[in-house]
Amino acid sequence: MDTEITLLVDGERHPLVVDTRTTLLDALRERLRITSPKKGCDHGQCGACTVLVDGRRVNSCLVLAVTVDDAEVTTSDGLAAEGEHPLHRAFLDNDAFQCGYCTPGQVCSAAGVLAEAKAGWPSTVTDDLTAEDVDLTDDEIRDRMSGNLCRCAAYAHIVPAVAAVAEAEGVRR
Amino acid sequence: MREFRYERATDAASAVALLAAEPEGAFLGGGTNLVDLMKLGVATPDLLVDVRRLTSAEVTDLPDGGLRIGAAVPNADLAADRRVRERFPVLSQALLAGASGQLRNRATTGGNLLQRTRCGYFTDVTRPCNKRSPGSGCGALEGVHRNHAILGQTLEGPGTCVATHPSDMAVALTALDAVVRVLGPDGEREVPIVELHRLPGDDASRDTTLRHGELITAIDLPALGMPSRYRKVRDRASFAFALVSIAAAVQVTDGMVADVRLALGGVAHKPWRATAAEEALRGRPATEESFAAAAEAELAAATPLRDNGFKVPLARNLVVRTLLQLTEGSR
Ligand SMILES: Cc1cc2nc3c(=O)[nH]c(=O)nc-3n(C[C@H](O)[C@H](O)[C@H](O)COP(=O)(O)OP(=O)(O)OC[C@H]3O[C@@H](n4cnc5c(N)ncnc54)[C@H](O)[C@@H]3O)c2cc1C
Ligand code: SF4
Ligand code: FES
Ligand code: FES
Repeated sequence: MDTEITLLVDGERHPLVVDTRTTLLDALRERLRITSPKKGCDHGQCGACTVLVDGRRVNSCLVLAVTVDDAEVTTSDGLAAEGEHPLHRAFLDNDAFQCGYCTPGQVCSAAGVLAEAKAGWPSTVTDDLTAEDVDLTDDEIRDRMSGNLCRCAAYAHIVPAVAAVAEAEGVRR
Repeated sequence: MREFRYERATDAASAVALLAAEPEGAFLGGGTNLVDLMKLGVATPDLLVDVRRLTSAEVTDLPDGGLRIGAAVPNADLAADRRVRERFPVLSQALLAGASGQLRNRATTGGNLLQRTRCGYFTDVTRPCNKRSPGSGCGALEGVHRNHAILGQTLEGPGTCVATHPSDMAVALTALDAVVRVLGPDGEREVPIVELHRLPGDDASRDTTLRHGELITAIDLPALGMPSRYRKVRDRASFAFALVSIAAAVQVTDGMVADVRLALGGVAHKPWRATAAEEALRGRPATEESFAAAAEAELAAATPLRDNGFKVPLARNLVVRTLLQLTEGSR
């Protein structure tokens, strides 16, 4: 069933008529040709489609486009809108990918991890649930990034890439 | 995917009215389970009523030290709420052990409670499954069932089903005696969490006792006042459903168990409140022997399948270890 919506992506407004069945991922890729979010599994299991909706990381393959009509969507491209993003630089410096297919999702997810850590959110490996501050140790990064799979298994380089930015931004001791 | 109409109602009552008029419609929370099942052809609603904005997304204090959790509170926000972390750590831990950071940001409290089983026959429309297609049989009974139920299954007849309920959060809420607040076409009612989910009985298609068009508006948590903890055993360290999990709270006074709450996940069609174990523990010495005896009292009723017998000792050991951890220092 066709519905009129407006998607606000990476700072640009896109009026659009979509079938209600369209996911945010398909609207971005197939309709707007914004292809940095990738389709891996289409079932919430791999994280390749991760984008930020109103600043929070989500799997765009499980979000219906009609539900984000009034929301702000940021893709990995959009993170670089104001020049090089520290996460992009850290992924390059640390050689944190091989084929690169999972990378835009990893980067958006890492941006979410940093914001969540700054907000003091705990994870399942956090010993003291009541602690005020989060210390993004390697274990913390691994757990918090576990919704992003990398078929090339670049994990050993993704962890230090995220750690570098966490340290620079004061959420890693 | 079947075509559907999408509606954002203006308030909870009109959402309920919209759905009452549409027998094949469904409420939409974060969509992380429903949209997935629609893609698979397992769920085929012709109307989605988006309830994410019309139930509360706030956690508020109740007068007695308890909390009211709005149905639209995202799983991530609930886990991070300071009051939950301090007063109900078992709930934070259960939420944080579930799904991924991305999914928890989108998933709601109401939707999490009503998520459907991850049984691989249920999610594959080419296979027999009494839950999805009543009367077609249960593919898992003699098939792949390593991660299926060991307690309370229906092992024969038209209701045959050996599936588990996948939610971690619901296990914690079960130990916490949560009360689910529901708005339906006939008005409001309160459902104790242990009466929300059901065993398959003679009808595996119904996961819960909710009627069509009933909307979860909030969950109430009564004050707890004792140490609590959630532990989850799974095939990998993160981002996997439970093989067996436990939500436990225990109070030890003068070396004796004064009060205890236990619920198990991954073992049954509903979060399993371990009442037999609780009874065996109350008033007993807080020792490894009592903990083991209590776990065995609960698991005496287990009817494991061909390939999931390992869950019985796993559940037993998890009960014992978790109680030992929780009572360290007070024993
Ligand atoms: C890859 C993956 C891994 C996962 N791992 C875990 C895990 O380890 N542990 C775990 O616990 N969960 C896990 N989940 C499941 C996840 O927690 C659920 O998908 C989520 O909690 C559902 O919430 P939602 O708001 O998105 O629900 P939706 O998908 O929107 O809805 C689910 C059901 O609830 C109904 N509904 C929604 N809101 C209401 C309401 N207010 N009143 C009445 N009915 C309502 C809908 O009609 C639907 O039937 C995983 C999911 C995925 C995709
Ligand atoms: S265990 Fe239940 S859900 Fe799985 S195939 Fe059998 S009837 Fe279906
Ligand atoms: S494509 Fe969305 S999680 Fe895999
Ligand atoms: S770099 Fe190839 S999938 Fe991650």
